[in-house]
Amino acid sequence: MTEDKVMRMLGWFSAGLGVSQVSMPGGFARATGVGDGPRQRAATVFVGMRELAAAAGLLLQGNPVWLWGRVAGDFMDLSMMSRALKNHDREGTIRTMATTAALVGITGLDLYAAISRTGRKSMIDLSATTTIARPRQEVYDQWRHLDRLPAFMRHVDSVSMTGQRTSHWRASAPFGRTVEWDAEITEDVPGERIMWRSIDGGLVRNEGEVRFVPAPTEKYTEVHVRMRYSLPAGKVGESVARYFGEDPHQALGDDLRRFKQVAETGEVVRSEGAPGGKSARREFPQHPARPLSRQELAEVRA
Amino acid sequence: MKANCWIKPNTVRVEDVPDPVILNSRDAIVKITSAAICGSDLHLLDGYIPTMQQGDVLGHEFMGEVIEVGHGIDPGTLRAGDRVVVPFPIACGACEACRAELYSLCENANPNAGIAEKVFGHPIAGIYGYSHLMGGYAGGQAQYARVPFADVGPLKVDSDLTDEQLLFLSDTLPTGYMGAEMCEITPTDVVAVWGAGPVGQFAMDSARMLGAKKIIAIDKVPHRLEMAGRAGYMSLDFTRVDVQSALSDITGGRGPDKCIDAVGMEADHGAPHIQLYDRTKQAVHADTEHPHALRQAIMSCRSGGIVSVIGSYGGLMDKFPTGAWMNKGLTLRAGQCHVQRYMKPLLNRVKKGEIDPTRIITHTMPLDEAPRGYDLFKHKKDNCEKVVLKP
Repeated sequence: MTEDKVMRMLGWFSAGLGVSQVSMPGGFARATGVGDGPRQRAATVFVGMRELAAAAGLLLQGNPVWLWGRVAGDFMDLSMMSRALKNHDREGTIRTMATTAALVGITGLDLYAAISRTGRKSMIDLSATTTIARPRQEVYDQWRHLDRLPAFMRHVDSVSMTGQRTSHWRASAPFGRTVEWDAEITEDVPGERIMWRSIDGGLVRNEGEVRFVPAPTEKYTEVHVRMRYSLPAGKVGESVARYFGEDPHQALGDDLRRFKQVAETGEVVRSEGAPGGKSARREFPQHPARPLSRQELAEVRA
Repeated sequence: MKANCWIKPNTVRVEDVPDPVILNSRDAIVKITSAAICGSDLHLLDGYIPTMQQGDVLGHEFMGEVIEVGHGIDPGTLRAGDRVVVPFPIACGACEACRAELYSLCENANPNAGIAEKVFGHPIAGIYGYSHLMGGYAGGQAQYARVPFADVGPLKVDSDLTDEQLLFLSDTLPTGYMGAEMCEITPTDVVAVWGAGPVGQFAMDSARMLGAKKIIAIDKVPHRLEMAGRAGYMSLDFTRVDVQSALSDITGGRGPDKCIDAVGMEADHGAPHIQLYDRTKQAVHADTEHPHALRQAIMSCRSGGIVSVIGSYGGLMDKFPTGAWMNKGLTLRAGQCHVQRYMKPLLNRVKKGEIDPTRIITHTMPLDEAPRGYDLFKHKKDNCEKVVLKP
C-alpha cells in the first residue's frame, strides 16, 4: 500500500464512493437529486467502476498517474452535473447543487495532489545481473574503460574521462532530448567492484554499483548491477516512458545482455532484423529479415 | 539477388532483394549451392510462429561456397573458396552454453533475446529465416546468405560427396540423430517414432545405427509410411488403427521402450471435430499447440521409458498428461538440435555409407519455384517428402 497519506485518503474515498455507487446506484442517484431513471443509474454505475479502478491504482500502486485519472474523472462528473442542473425537473435541486459544490471542492484537492506529486522527483531502483564466461579481472577491465560503455548502453551516447575518477556523460532521454552530467567513481576495487554517483545532479541524478562475483564455474564471473536514478517528472515520467516502450528496467537488462556479447564475442551482435545492434528493441516492428540496401546500411552505420 | 520471402500466412514469394553484406567481424558471405525446405518452415507458412514480418527471407537448411569473410575470421579457419554446410542454430562459441556444446542455447547470438526471454524465460540461439523472435536473421532460401560466427558454425567439406549427401547435415539429419541419441538406445529397445517426415525418417535411421531392436513409424500419409517401409521399418497408420493398442500388441503389452515425437505443434488428431476444436483454441490464443502426437507418445510409452521430443513447439498447451508422465516414471527429453556438435561425426557416418541422407529427397527444383515446393510439401502432393532448391 502507498505511504503517501493524501493519496491513501483519496484512494479510500474513491473506494467508498465506488462501492456505494455500484451496489446501490438508484439510492445514490436519488441522494444527489438527479433522479433514478435508467440513464442516471447506468451513469452512476459507470462512475462507480471508475472510482474503484482509481482506488485500486492509488492504494496499491501509489502512482500519481492515478491522481490525474481522478482529476479527469472530476471534470467528467462536473460536466454531467452541470447538464443535470440545466435539465433539472426541480425536484431535489438543492441536493444537486450541494453535490456539485462538494465536487468542486474535491476537484481542487485532486488537482493539488496531482500537481504536487507529479513534480516530485522519485528515485527509481534498478538491478540486473548476468553471467559471463570470462575471468573477473578481465570483465572488470571491460567495464572500467568507461569510454567503451556507449558501445552497448543504448541510451548513452558518449562517456569521456575527465580525470582518474571523473567522467562526463551524454545520454539520450525519452522524446528525443539529450541530457549530460558529470560522474565520479566513489569506490574502485579492481576485479571486484565499481561504485559511482553523479556530481552536481542536474536533471539525471544517479548512483550505482557494479559487482563482479565469481560464478560457480571457475574463471566465470557474475555481474550484478544496481543503480538508482531520478527521472524528471518521477513516477509519472516513468509511466509515460514505459507506455512508449522505454521501460528503464528492460533497458538495463538489455544493456547488460549486450555487455555480455561484447565481453564474450568482442562486439554487439547484429541481424538483418536488428541491424542497429544496441537499438534492437526500439526497432520493432523491425527491418525485415532480409539484407539491407546501400541506403539502409548507410543509415545504420551513420 | 533472388530470395524466397515470407509475405503473409500461406504466401511465400521469390523476390529481388539486396545482396547480403558483412555486419559483424566474424561474418562470412556464402554463395548458396543448395537449400532445403524444412517441415518447420511449414509452421511459418501456416502462420503459427509469431513475429514474422512481410519480406523476411526464409530458409535455415543450406550450404554453399564462402565468397567473403569478415576481418575477425582467422584465415586458417575459414577463407573464400571453402565449401561449407551451415548449421541452422547461430551460435557464438564463447558463452557457457556453447562451451558445453549446447549450441542451440547460445546466450549471445540472438539480438532479440529480450523478447525470446519473455516467451521462454531464457533466451535461445538465433535461427536463420525463422522469425524475429529467433533473431531476425535473413534465411538461406536465396542466392547468398550472411553467416554470423562463421568460425564456429559452418562445417568445411572438401570431400567429393554431393550436395545432396551433405545438405541435411545442416538440420534434418542431426535433429533426427539427436532425437534417437536422447533415447539412450539399448539392443533390446523397441522405438516408436511419431511422424515419418524427413526428421522422423532420420530419427529411425539413427535409432537403427544406435542398435535398436525394432523401429515403428507412425503417420497417416501413405507415401511417408511406404518410405519407412522400404527402409525396413514397421509402420502404423493412425487413421486406421488405434495407435496405443497397436503398439501394445506389437510389444507384448509393454509399450515401446523409447518414443520419439518428430511431429510437433501441428499434430493431426485424425478426427475432424477434434481438429476443429484445436484450431478454435489456437485462434483465440487459448493455447498454441496441437499436441496429439506427444500425448499419445506419453500414454503409449513403456513405464520407465524415455520420450524424446524433436518436433517443434512454440508456446503453451493444455491437457498435458502429467499423471501418466509422473506415475509411469517417464523421462522427457527435448531440444532444438545442437547441430554443430553432430556435424563431423555424422559426416563420417555418411562417408562410410552407414546412412544415406539422399533417400528422403523426392523433389529438386530451381529456387524460383520455391512457392510450388512449399505447396507440394504442405499438401503432401505428388508424394512429396523433401524439396531441395537450387539457386
